[in-house]
Amino acid sequence: MTAALDARLCVARDTFTLDVAFSAQPGEVLALLGPNGAGKSTALRALAGLLPLTSGRLALDGSEWDSPSAGVFVPAEQRPIGVVFQDYLLFPHLSALDNVAFGLRCKGLRRAAARAEALPWLERMGLAEHAGQRPAKLSGGQAQRVALARALAVRPRLLLLDEPLAALDARTRLDIRAELRRHLAEFEAVAVLVTHDPLDAMVLADRLVVIEAGQVVQTGRPAEVARRPRTDYIARLVGLNLYQGTADGRRVTLPEGQVLTTDQELTGPAFVAFPPDAVTLHRHRPETSARNLFPCTVAGLDLHGDRFRVDLTGPLPLAADLTPTAATALDLTPGTPVWAAIKATQTHAYPA
Amino acid sequence: MSTPRTTTAPHPRGRRRPRGTPRVPAALLLPALLGLAFLVLPLLGLLIRAPWSALPELLTGPEVWQALRLSLISATAATGVSLLLGVPLAWLLARTDFPGRRLLRALVTLPLVLPPVVGGVALLLVLGRNGIVGRWLDSATGITLPFTTAGVVVAEAFVAMPFLVISVEGALRAADPRYEEAAATLGASRLTAFRRVTLPLVAPGIGAGAVLAWARALGEFGATITFAGNFPGRTQTMPLAVYLAMESDPEAAIALSLILLTVSVAVLAGLRDRWMSTP
Repeated sequence: MTAALDARLCVARDTFTLDVAFSAQPGEVLALLGPNGAGKSTALRALAGLLPLTSGRLALDGSEWDSPSAGVFVPAEQRPIGVVFQDYLLFPHLSALDNVAFGLRCKGLRRAAARAEALPWLERMGLAEHAGQRPAKLSGGQAQRVALARALAVRPRLLLLDEPLAALDARTRLDIRAELRRHLAEFEAVAVLVTHDPLDAMVLADRLVVIEAGQVVQTGRPAEVARRPRTDYIARLVGLNLYQGTADGRRVTLPEGQVLTTDQELTGPAFVAFPPDAVTLHRHRPETSARNLFPCTVAGLDLHGDRFRVDLTGPLPLAADLTPTAATALDLTPGTPVWAAIKATQTHAYPA
Repeated sequence: MSTPRTTTAPHPRGRRRPRGTPRVPAALLLPALLGLAFLVLPLLGLLIRAPWSALPELLTGPEVWQALRLSLISATAATGVSLLLGVPLAWLLARTDFPGRRLLRALVTLPLVLPPVVGGVALLLVLGRNGIVGRWLDSATGITLPFTTAGVVVAEAFVAMPFLVISVEGALRAADPRYEEAAATLGASRLTAFRRVTLPLVAPGIGAGAVLAWARALGEFGATITFAGNFPGRTQTMPLAVYLAMESDPEAAIALSLILLTVSVAVLAGLRDRWMSTP
């Protein structure tokens, strides 16, 4: 099967160059994940036709949308797209219903016909009773759903979502995320989601495209990316300790000379990852079977849910998770010297 | 209702300033009060010296009605012309980028500071019977603008349109252009986005600009008398009638001035939300 979305987006700015390539099948939800300033929004604007490419190519369902070398540029209003903007950009002078009907009216439908077609979309979002309300009267969650209905009502072949959950409070976010997942699962064309939140990306997307500094650093299924991160950024996002070194059998030597022992046989460049709760801390050098033992200094403590996240510096900077009981028993404060132990069986090594 | 009622004690004289409010220095207060008197006294004088008893008779005279009617019609027409041409011009200045845009903006705003008489002379040179465009207009269509009611509208629009353009351009710059992008992603052409999204968003700015332009057109004197002359019933608007009446019938001039004052107060009341709300 050929890809529905085929993109190589190159946009050159004064101080920044975006150069990313990805493709997607119909029905696939792609998440562009990356830190702020990575170029995700630029990529989204290029996909929407709000920003022309400097070079590269963008095609959907076999038709060219943007190809500087061929002199092709289809402007936003002629692309079959739907966009959910980060702050929704609902037209403040129109009711929720007329916002959803806007795209249909642009397609030439009369007012009544457009409204009749728009209403079922609001009903699907559970917002039929808010149809007559202006956006200012809607809650954040309601506005998000109206924005989604407005984007879906034009039956786009490419749905673009820019940080769709970023403007919501934590409680609403949970509900809307689950709801959005359902709507995206039903959506039959390509959806591209831009987010800096790994949880949003993991829950909503079939495939992640991780972008850093204008480049794709990793792509893959969410579980795969989470298990085998390839940059510090993703490792931090998914809460893993990540090191890159050179493997020789079960030993991976890091650039600064530290050696990590794993239980995978590898040779050549390799990553080693392990979760913070695989780390045990000791005030004195322990008698342990753990193959990895490092002297460290506590740099900071943070309460994460019911766990203490301990940041450690030393020959191997790492993060460890402790129960409050353990943290109290160890009497940890910044500056405390400790020994960190990691069992080889709890590490995960894979080729770089 | 004859039973005397106890009234609350009046505020003691020289009511104290709220604690912590610093005293206003006399060097600022004195000129400020003088300035206030300078601006308010003439208006008071107008009210005091107005021939109130003769007013109904003065204002119902046919010449007054003629001038008032002409003023209202021509100022409204000039505002219409300004809206028709000025709103797109404001959009061009606010939403597009082309070489010389800043220069163009300066040219557009020039009539704001140009003495209106100069504007009238300039209009005569271009649109007069022997003007660059006027000659062509005369021979091609038989239309001559100077010394006609249409000429009054042209003169007023020339002076009033910059007010509208500046006001609308400001409103457009303040409006988030991303709404237009959102409209584009929904399939709206730039014109549709302008009509259905941008215009409603900047409607208050357009309204304020139109009121300003209308008020400016209503008071227009210099360009009108230069370009359109002073023919009662045809080109003699209120300000011209006031000026003329001062020579012959000062009481009528005062009465006419009162009408214009009333209109000005009404305009101010209409705009109070925009201008008077500064703390």
